Amino acid sequence: MATKASHPNSLSKKEAAVGGYFKAISAIVWKDLRAEFRSWELISAMLVFSLLALLIFNFALELDVKTRQSVTAGVLWATFAFAGTLGLNRSMSIEKDRGCLDGLLLAPVDRSAIYFGKFFSNLAFMLIVEAIVLPVYSVLYNTNLFQPGLIAIILLGSVGYTSVGTLLAAMSVQTRTRDVLLPILLFPVAFAVLLSAVKASGGFLNGADFAEISFPINLLIVYDIIFIAISFMLFDAVVEE
Amino acid sequence: MNKKPLALKILDLVSIVLLIAATYLSIFVAPMERVMGNVQRVFYFHVGTAWVALIGFIFTAALSVIYLATKNLKWDRIQVAAVEVSVVFFLITIILGSIWARPAWNTWWTWDPRLTTAAVVELVYIAYFMLRQGLDDPNKRANFSAVYALIGGLSAPITFFSIRLFRTIHPVVIAGTNAEAEGSFSMSGGMLQAFFFALFAFTVIFIDLFWNRIRLGEAQAKVEEMKINAAY
Amino acid sequence: MIAVKKLVKRFGLKTVLRGVDFSVQPGEFVALLGPNGAGKTTFLRILAALSRPTLGEVSIAGYKLPDEAAQVRARLGVVSHLSLLYNDLTAEENLRFYARMYGVENSSARIAAVLAMIGLETRRRDLVRTYSRGMQQRLAIGRAVLHDPQIMLLDEPYTGLDQDASSMLDAALKAVAADGRTIVMTSHDLARAEELAARFDILSRGIIVASATRKQIKKNNLLSFYKQALAD
Repeated sequence: MATKASHPNSLSKKEAAVGGYFKAISAIVWKDLRAEFRSWELISAMLVFSLLALLIFNFALELDVKTRQSVTAGVLWATFAFAGTLGLNRSMSIEKDRGCLDGLLLAPVDRSAIYFGKFFSNLAFMLIVEAIVLPVYSVLYNTNLFQPGLIAIILLGSVGYTSVGTLLAAMSVQTRTRDVLLPILLFPVAFAVLLSAVKASGGFLNGADFAEISFPINLLIVYDIIFIAISFMLFDAVVEE
Repeated sequence: MNKKPLALKILDLVSIVLLIAATYLSIFVAPMERVMGNVQRVFYFHVGTAWVALIGFIFTAALSVIYLATKNLKWDRIQVAAVEVSVVFFLITIILGSIWARPAWNTWWTWDPRLTTAAVVELVYIAYFMLRQGLDDPNKRANFSAVYALIGGLSAPITFFSIRLFRTIHPVVIAGTNAEAEGSFSMSGGMLQAFFFALFAFTVIFIDLFWNRIRLGEAQAKVEEMKINAAY
Repeated sequence: MIAVKKLVKRFGLKTVLRGVDFSVQPGEFVALLGPNGAGKTTFLRILAALSRPTLGEVSIAGYKLPDEAAQVRARLGVVSHLSLLYNDLTAEENLRFYARMYGVENSSARIAAVLAMIGLETRRRDLVRTYSRGMQQRLAIGRAVLHDPQIMLLDEPYTGLDQDASSMLDAALKAVAADGRTIVMTSHDLARAEELAARFDILSRGIIVASATRKQIKKNNLLSFYKQALAD
């Protein structure tokens, strides 16, 4: 019997449970990345969508040198947000299709471990897409977006967006309307994180000093903490029957 | 179906009388505001409806917590009632505000923090109903609704601060004056009277509608139960 | 091993299980039979700690549900008509993933043993996507026994399998049962159930209407027993 209780000598019960918790999180991230790096269906969809969105923004907003300065941050975050919903939806649909979500829930781990596993996978997908979009944008418009400050802001924004997005995607895939529902649920509650991220990134790109962008950055941090904590507490209610 | 309780019948009547009285006070009794003129009279209902809607939304978030702690579907029915009545009142707030904004700010709409937050909050609760619509299992529906209403309620203040990154022109009504605000004014005695009366009237009207809506929800649940029993 | 007393499950106002009493001795193989909509899947989901009981007591291997769900889950293996497998992972990767989720010690050796038992060693490096339905279902059984559970719950494991695949699944299930595991299987396929199970319980409209052991039912008479039970 390979259960926690059957190995009392090697680890105390509590330590084993904690170990199992992190093992489960890493197992979920491992299998998500493994499957994705084989099929590329999720990242490639997000990426192609992002490039198409940039193309449309380019002509819709006539991104000449002058307008670009004021709208780059907005264009980037609008692209990330829409591409993000694609990824979140797909990532949760994979769990729903073959009953895999049940498979996860059957495992003797706390449900929040499943939330964190999916959260980190989704975050990884989003960061990978962002890591490709940024240099592409830099090349297309001859600017350098690879600046540590901007990357830190993008990381903070993506964490907030994915934290609440993972929870809501777990809900939306269980509804009749499935895919169409996620953006409708997500955008009004992620409004704050997107707005703060746009403001912080825009300020950073336009060379504002730190005092000027510290408020949106603080807001991002507050949002991240609140929504990771609340999702951690509420995930159980979203998957139980 | 239980008969309508007498207290509720009385409350229905009181609500109608209060609505008429509040209308009369704000249109005929309250003095005209010097700069903005008669259009400022919209203010009494604008603040009145906003007041109850916001209390309703805060109440909604509290109901989420109560439901999630007890998992009793009764709280879900109460929450739907609260959200539905609040959403309608808040829509009235937004429309009245827009009517007032046209002469005061010379525009129907502006992306000021309060207005934008109002729009986003209204969208959160519209999304709430779309979420409910996609779910058949009542327990799951109640769980998801409670989770979403709680997230929506928590995000609202952060949304407000995030939009504060931009300048505001919305007047702060009671707590001091904002130097940048346009269309602000100080209230005279008659105005205060109409203002507080409107707050009171809308509070009563809200409670009345809320109560009726809860009864409607209970009746719906009973009908559903009868249908299920008939099917067996 | 499994003791269920007066189990009631409601989805909102719809009562799916209305007082189920059910018990299984260690090592017993019980087939739960009944028409569609009788509540078989719901019942199994409650035993699997995927769904909460509304009323009543459920205890599995001495642990109470839903309070001690984690202990119960560690002792359960579940096979449903869905495979619970990831298409874009190989058989080996799927098993390795679930081994980590269950905290299986010595997982490589255990995975190899399970693959041998279900006869998929040669295809262990192939994506599950390329598997036939029957192979997927055998792998699903491998997934369920990976952590060597004392109790197996099988929900319509034969759904969508052809004759050959069914016989192979029979063999796999017999191997699983031979290890002295306690097994509960739902099915509407009486012939399959008759071949495997030692006891037959019939669930209809949310209660168990009849129960009989293999000895009590004369050979090839399960059908008449089943019809009689449903008619009463």
